[in-house]
Amino acid sequence: MKIAVLVKEVPDAAVQKRIDPSTGRLDRSGEKNLNPYDTHAIEAAMQIKEGGAVTVDEIVAVTMGPESAVRALHKAVSLGADRSVHLSDQALAGSDVAATGYALAQVLRRESPDLVLLGQQSDDGECYTIGAVVAEYLGQPSLTQVIKLDIAGDELTCERQAEYGYDTVKVKLPAVISVGDAINEPRYPSLKAIMGAKKKPLETVSTGDAEIDASKVGVDGSHVSCGDFKAPPSKSAGLIIEDEDTDDTVQKIIAWLDERKLLA
Amino acid sequence: MSNILVYALHYEGAFNKNSLGAVAEASRLAGELGGEAHAVMVGESISGDLAGQLGGYGAAKVFTAEGPEGLAGPVIDTMGKLFDGGDYQYAVFGGGLLGFEIGAGLAARINAGVTMEVTGVNVVDGKLVAERPILGDSSISTSRYKDKGIIIARLNAFEVKQNGGGAATVEAIATELSPQAQQANIVTRGEQRGADVDIEGASILIAGGRGLGKAEGFELCDDLAKAFGNNAAVAATRAVVDAGWYPYAAQIGQTGKTVSPKLYLAAGISGAIQHKVGMQSSENIVAINKDANAPIFEFSDLGIVGDLNKILPKLTEAVKARKG
Ligand SMILES: Cc1cc2nc3c(=O)[nH]c(=O)nc-3n(C[C@H](O)[C@H](O)[C@H](O)COP(=O)(O)OP(=O)(O)OC[C@H]3O[C@@H](n4cnc5c(N)ncnc54)[C@H](O)[C@@H]3O)c2cc1C
Ligand SMILES: Nc1ncnc2c1ncn2[C@@H]1O[C@H](COP(=O)(O)O)[C@@H](O)[C@H]1O
Repeated sequence: MKIAVLVKEVPDAAVQKRIDPSTGRLDRSGEKNLNPYDTHAIEAAMQIKEGGAVTVDEIVAVTMGPESAVRALHKAVSLGADRSVHLSDQALAGSDVAATGYALAQVLRRESPDLVLLGQQSDDGECYTIGAVVAEYLGQPSLTQVIKLDIAGDELTCERQAEYGYDTVKVKLPAVISVGDAINEPRYPSLKAIMGAKKKPLETVSTGDAEIDASKVGVDGSHVSCGDFKAPPSKSAGLIIEDEDTDDTVQKIIAWLDERKLLA
Repeated sequence: MSNILVYALHYEGAFNKNSLGAVAEASRLAGELGGEAHAVMVGESISGDLAGQLGGYGAAKVFTAEGPEGLAGPVIDTMGKLFDGGDYQYAVFGGGLLGFEIGAGLAARINAGVTMEVTGVNVVDGKLVAERPILGDSSISTSRYKDKGIIIARLNAFEVKQNGGGAATVEAIATELSPQAQQANIVTRGEQRGADVDIEGASILIAGGRGLGKAEGFELCDDLAKAFGNNAAVAATRAVVDAGWYPYAAQIGQTGKTVSPKLYLAAGISGAIQHKVGMQSSENIVAINKDANAPIFEFSDLGIVGDLNKILPKLTEAVKARKG
């Protein structure tokens, strides 16, 4: 079988994320990295491949993003993907969640994987939903936030936490699954894998290549527009104590609690 | 067209609190648009009495469809068909998990714009406009829809309000499951992992996260809670519940409990939004985290930058000494 993993390039966790007032979009300058949540999806694919319950012929990493996003693909390949596909086209800039999902679904159609895996959320977009959109466009079942994934033949047994506790769901392949970060502990890439990543096949795909209807993507093809960015109501900053002498710190905490009658 | 469709999640004969909030909010908005709020329920043998109760929260009509519970597919099929009728422009979902999956899938099916984590909705020029905090709550963005719009709320964003209205009209409708909806089948639902602990009754909560390092790390939280006395309990994040370190019943957040104790003290918790939404109305928030940049410090009243393994044992002794 073939597994596709959707990965995204996001601002590094240490970068202060902000909206560029001139474009109304996320300021993408500064350090970038593979979305940390996506490393769990790659690891899940690797564990299926190594698990032996099914034969995995290929793991393909797929991303939609600007030129710089190839680095996220290199990282994905160093973590185990066999090759990668980069959907990159000016026409896609400003796509909303549904348009992004549509474009990714079109790229996936060319690959027709048996299983599509995603991370639980992107560090910058925080929508938790690209998987559900991709699945709808592909006409496949989907489940998000999966923390246990077993495969037997063409059926997955998935566990995830929802509103009322843990659910177990059987899903028939082909399917689209987003995995929660508790599903596994991603491995570190070996130096050899990092060095070799740039040599693995990387295909760059345009909207035309993927038969993406240009009227359905980008700013014009999106059904929702975001703007009028404003600061949230400010909350008075709390007191911060750096713990240098723990006895002293604890005394300060006790005094603070006392003042609020929380030790009565 | 000015009607709003709203999904009402129910489980074991009761409505989800966030769904009731969504019904109330949809009813308010539909009123301003000059239309009605209609609710959708999907499940096994839904009682007409239960469905009718949504009238008290503002639903003028409730559609019930027979179908498997706990999965997005059957609800997308049901709501998609209702949208095809042309009477609706918007759909509203309460915070949680299923609403995210349904709302996003529905947006793709009916070509709508979708916004998640919505904290406020207004009517501007006869259209709905939604506000959503972004980038770790550092900014608020406003969504406008070209045509159809889907609004998925942040947990607890909409107040549950009864409007004193009577029972809603209930209409049973048939749903034909799409091929993809038939490819997912729920085996067990709502499994309660771990002990049935109570965190909602406590006025002091000592909450532990992944920073505790291992399941045994929770002993540090247990000891501190004991030192505070009978009104204190221990709570947890999803990360540690998923890992099996602490019971699900003690989880705070988007798919756990919402609490507002007098004191919430976090040890080794980063302060992810999905956790924050379940505890941000606590009266006093204290956080211990070794990372000075942890998001939890953004909404703490007292933040301690340091190692919980050093601080918690001494704090426990000091609280014990004070309590005598
Ligand atoms: C749809 C959805 C629903 C979700 N629902 C929930 C929910 O209901 N509840 C919930 O909690 N989460 C929920 N989450 C998960 C949430 O996004 C976070 O992943 C989770 O809250 C993180 O838990 P944590 O703070 O324990 O772990 P981490 O984010 O890993 O944080 C651990 C923290 O411990 C600190 N630390 C480490 N060692 C020490 C030490 N020795 N001393 C002091 N500090 C230390 C670290 O600096 C770090 O900040 C949900 C996510 C999604 C996508
Ligand atoms: N532009 C993109 N290209 C490829 N995958 C993406 C993209 N955006 C989001 N994803 C995938 O969707 C998951 C959820 O992202 P989100 O819905 O934005 O929170 C991520 O963890 C990725 O696996």
